[in-house]
Amino acid sequence: MTHAVSFQNVTRHFGQTRAVDDVTIDIAQGEFFAMLGPSGSGKTTCLRLIAGFEQPTSGTISIFGEEATGLPPYKRNVNTVFQDYALFPHMTVGENVAYGLMIKGVARGEREASAKQALDMVKLSGFDQRRPAQLSGGQRQRVALARALVNEPKVLLLDEPLGALDLKLREQMQEELKHLQRQLGITFVFVTHDQGEALSMADRVAIFNEGKIVQAGPPSEIYERPRSRFVADFVGSSNVMSPEFSKAHGGPEAWVSLRPEKINILTGDQKVVSNQFNAEGRITAIHYQGAMTRVVIEANGTRLSATLPAASKTLAEGQTVRFIWAKDAIVEMEKA
Amino acid sequence: MRSDAGWGLKLGAAAGLLFLHLPLLLIFLYAFTTEEKSFQFPPPGLTIKWFVTAWFERPDIWGPLYLSIKVAAIATVLALIFGTLAAAALSRAKFYGKDSLSLLFILPIALPGIITGIALRSAFDIMNLPFSTWTIVLGHATFCIVVVYNNVLARFRRINSYMVEASMDLGADGFQTFRYVVLPQIASALLAGGMLAFALSFDEVIVTTFTAGQQSTLPIWMLQELIRPRQRPVTNVVAIIVIAVTFIPILCAYYLTREGEHTGGGGK
Repeated sequence: MTHAVSFQNVTRHFGQTRAVDDVTIDIAQGEFFAMLGPSGSGKTTCLRLIAGFEQPTSGTISIFGEEATGLPPYKRNVNTVFQDYALFPHMTVGENVAYGLMIKGVARGEREASAKQALDMVKLSGFDQRRPAQLSGGQRQRVALARALVNEPKVLLLDEPLGALDLKLREQMQEELKHLQRQLGITFVFVTHDQGEALSMADRVAIFNEGKIVQAGPPSEIYERPRSRFVADFVGSSNVMSPEFSKAHGGPEAWVSLRPEKINILTGDQKVVSNQFNAEGRITAIHYQGAMTRVVIEANGTRLSATLPAASKTLAEGQTVRFIWAKDAIVEMEKA
Repeated sequence: MRSDAGWGLKLGAAAGLLFLHLPLLLIFLYAFTTEEKSFQFPPPGLTIKWFVTAWFERPDIWGPLYLSIKVAAIATVLALIFGTLAAAALSRAKFYGKDSLSLLFILPIALPGIITGIALRSAFDIMNLPFSTWTIVLGHATFCIVVVYNNVLARFRRINSYMVEASMDLGADGFQTFRYVVLPQIASALLAGGMLAFALSFDEVIVTTFTAGQQSTLPIWMLQELIRPRQRPVTNVVAIIVIAVTFIPILCAYYLTREGEHTGGGGK
């Protein structure tokens, strides 16, 4: 099967900066693919390279097996949902959605019907006569989605589409986007700096740092087995232990990561069992977070954070505790 | 409406407005006077015969009027094209010296007309360019472009830069994007800038004096009439025409840009 999008050694320079640096990645058909990374890591430039707003300095990009390098945006069968939606203020919602079809020369009646259908799909039935200025942020986002999807693109690109929405709306849209993607079977390429969003929605996540993809894989793999300190730190703020610390506490002599939720604090009569490692440390901070309590422990100069299921009344700041973690919770990383 | 200004300030403001606008009223008044040699006040009698005279018996008005309209129209068209292009370039591109270049675009309207006039005249001399309609048009275009440029640039700043990308993303090429996305959004700015440019060109005297040679535009014809008067009120009749031709577009431009700002603000 041909890949929906394929990058072969793609590099994009802006003057002296390498926004995208030798990226090779294949995105499968029908995949919900997330590009995750801090700002300036090259993820948005990668999206713009697929859309055709940027051209690679070197390397090749193909979309559904066809070489796309050098093609302008209007000759690519991909559509974009922009970060700030970029709706046309002088057109009605219906005209906005039907724009792509009008450009293609679809007859008025037909394109109006298609636009209405697309608006139904994003739950905005009956909004076609309004102006974008009369809509809320969430509604504009849906219009932008309908405007892209009405063209039946082979790949839908989403550039931080949920960034401007409030938390509740964002969670709702995450679910809807995922549902839409399953229903339509279109390849979604989604750019975000929110790791929770990437992990919960995507089939596969690529982590960007300084223009390179440092790790790509299913969310569980990214979360459970970070391959580098950067990934461990960026995705879910994992604890990173130095080779010395790891060795001193029974682990391998290598940089390792340990998820905060894998750490437990021994209380009273509990004993360390054979498949567990342990260390002693002092509690420097306790952050109550509702369902979870985050406890910061300092042990031999290494700061570790542990998330415990509920507020433990017996713990106090300054207290010295023994904490444990399972041997297999340690994840050895390739590079420091 | 309540006002905190004292009556002295109000009186001063009223006096200032009168000082500015009473002479305009006098121009209207003397277009109807029966006395044709001097402006005596009050006019000995009122008549509309000068309008008839201007229309039927003074063929010397038609040449300058035609030339003025022609020059203003061509200068406006040039200004619309080049002003829009310049605004588009400077609103989108980022490069070293952009601010200086922007200043150079605006300079012709800030520079005294007499400087522009002398500069152009000597340039034409050096190039051995004979005076023609086109030398006047060139002179007027220098400041007409600025008016359009300023209007369109302000509008471009309000247009979301992603909109052009969105249009191309949806399959529109450069021309279609301009036609369907950019033009509708800058249309009222173009109309306003164009009308302002036309009005500016239509009553320009100083630059024209240096670039017209022996030709007379309407304002220059009026100046000559004041120096060597015959049928003095006819000049006032022409003045009323000039007021109408320049004031109406400026008024329209004012209302158009005001409305544009209103709808622009609504898009937030």
